[in-house]
Amino acid sequence: MRAPDGPRSWTARVREAAEGALPPEKLLPDRQPAYVASWVYVFGVTTLAALIVLVASGTVLSLEGPDWWHTSAVGHFFNSVHFWGVQMFFFAMVVHLWGKFLMGAWRGRRRATWVVGALTLLVAIGTGLTGYVLQQNFASQWISTQAKDGFNAVGIGAFFNVLNLGQMLTLHVLLMPAAVVLLTILHLLQVRHRGVVPPFDAADEHLGPEEAER
Amino acid sequence: MSWRTDDAAASRPWIGPTRPYDLVKEFAIALLVVVLLTVLLAALFSSPDEPQITLSHWAQQAPKDFVTTALAELDGTSDTATYGPPYVAIPGAGQKIGPLNLQQLGGVRIPVDTAHDFVLGPLSTVAASDPSLASAIQRWRTASSDQQRSWADAFGTALEEGSVSGERIDVPSSDNGPVLPIMQAELRLAASGGLEGAMLSRHAFYGTDYTQPLLFLADGSYLGSLADRQHLLGDQWGMMNESGSYPGQTWLWLYTLWYQVPPFSTSDNADALVWGLMLLLTAGFVLLPFIPGLRSLPRRFGAYRLIWRDYYRSTGHGDGPGSAWEGTQGKE
Amino acid sequence: MKLVAALVDLSRPARYVHWEWIQISVVNVLVIGLMIAVLVLAVVIPFPRSRS
Repeated sequence: MRAPDGPRSWTARVREAAEGALPPEKLLPDRQPAYVASWVYVFGVTTLAALIVLVASGTVLSLEGPDWWHTSAVGHFFNSVHFWGVQMFFFAMVVHLWGKFLMGAWRGRRRATWVVGALTLLVAIGTGLTGYVLQQNFASQWISTQAKDGFNAVGIGAFFNVLNLGQMLTLHVLLMPAAVVLLTILHLLQVRHRGVVPPFDAADEHLGPEEAER
Repeated sequence: MSWRTDDAAASRPWIGPTRPYDLVKEFAIALLVVVLLTVLLAALFSSPDEPQITLSHWAQQAPKDFVTTALAELDGTSDTATYGPPYVAIPGAGQKIGPLNLQQLGGVRIPVDTAHDFVLGPLSTVAASDPSLASAIQRWRTASSDQQRSWADAFGTALEEGSVSGERIDVPSSDNGPVLPIMQAELRLAASGGLEGAMLSRHAFYGTDYTQPLLFLADGSYLGSLADRQHLLGDQWGMMNESGSYPGQTWLWLYTLWYQVPPFSTSDNADALVWGLMLLLTAGFVLLPFIPGLRSLPRRFGAYRLIWRDYYRSTGHGDGPGSAWEGTQGKE
Repeated sequence: MKLVAALVDLSRPARYVHWEWIQISVVNVLVIGLMIAVLVLAVVIPFPRSRS
């Protein structure tokens, strides 16, 4: 809904831009192109589901503090859910990545979608590292003292000190998952905005006129 | 079929056949499946938790390695003491990529004085009630660095021939000055469980930064020997592995691969070189859609024909110019 | 301290496969193999057709 004459408020502009980019029927469609008919398309939502399992199990672990899982069977169980959630998350993300590569999914103004997805993978790997060095056991002692050499070799070891439990904790529990979640939301909105990439050699009659770039 | 044509076609909105599709239901099913799978895996296999290695454990399990390491911390020859930035200011130290020494650029932002922080400082808490230890420490502190080096070398040589068991250091006598009583006290403090605490609490009540005890622990060989048994060393593809038979970090395969092959496997600058290379490859991965040649690989692989085979069959399409099957029905 | 009551004990050392300079744990080979298998199956297994 466009306001009548007169200066348009920031709020109105934001609303109109959002409505333009993602009208409700694009945000939550109940139809999809007929070519989206392959099991290869399920791995994006599977990755998202695994991310939710990680956030949920991570939330339970943070309720009781980083030491809990060593002294409580329930705590250890939630740590296990978190551990296998990580395996599921990267498993699904990698298969999703391979599928999207094989489909050339960055075609047609979807390059940013690929870039955001790739960045999500990288930030997720970093998030995983902060988790591994947080364990307060032999693994974290070994991983942190080894990983430090990589960061120190390129001069960033003092800013990202894997031996500093406190820093790794706040990064792992708050800042890095927030980054992963925000990138994921952006990625999802990009997919909804541009739609699923059409097949190579799609029939000309199935493709509408090129939309003006907003 | 050029990249440009493919790209332009794909930016056109879809006005072809559609099918009903329940986005929210698909998400709910995926969530249920993943939750059930994860809970099942957790219940079946649990998760690894190899116990932490305390300095006390190290001092008791590998006492000779402990004392050798403590000596190196005292006389400034340990890995940490010779590391360079961010721990120690040593001009020229650190890894390089060609002429570029990024490690030096980082600066000494986590200063560590191994003799003081790992040995003499913690021992000062014990020396308060042990006058002979206090005077040994004082004797070391007031000696010249040449004198300190000579004492340390003498003790090191004697240690090689001697033995350490329980909390006793048994070495042939040598002109090691105050080194033996200092090492003896350090070993006892560690074995009794007080060393980490003394390292961490000298300046603070609360602490969450374990840099110092971790550096000390990693300077020895004991931690690495445990890692070796679990195939966790850098040249055992260790970065990809997990303790026991648990799955590891398979997604690190390319990062860890370089450490196994020359020139990285034999270079002192391995970490810097691998990071440099991975930065390039990662940039290539992130910016794939912008790179000619790479961005048209999916078209050339042709796996898409399998993925969209139903669509191609139903439209009698997919035989446009450039595809493997030049057909009469294709039109572009 | 181990309060693990796993039904399958995975704390025993892993077995490794060696090929030239490549060394991978059996479980990691399994995971990677599964990724590839799942991708192939996902592409190959027919998707239920719906009448639109």
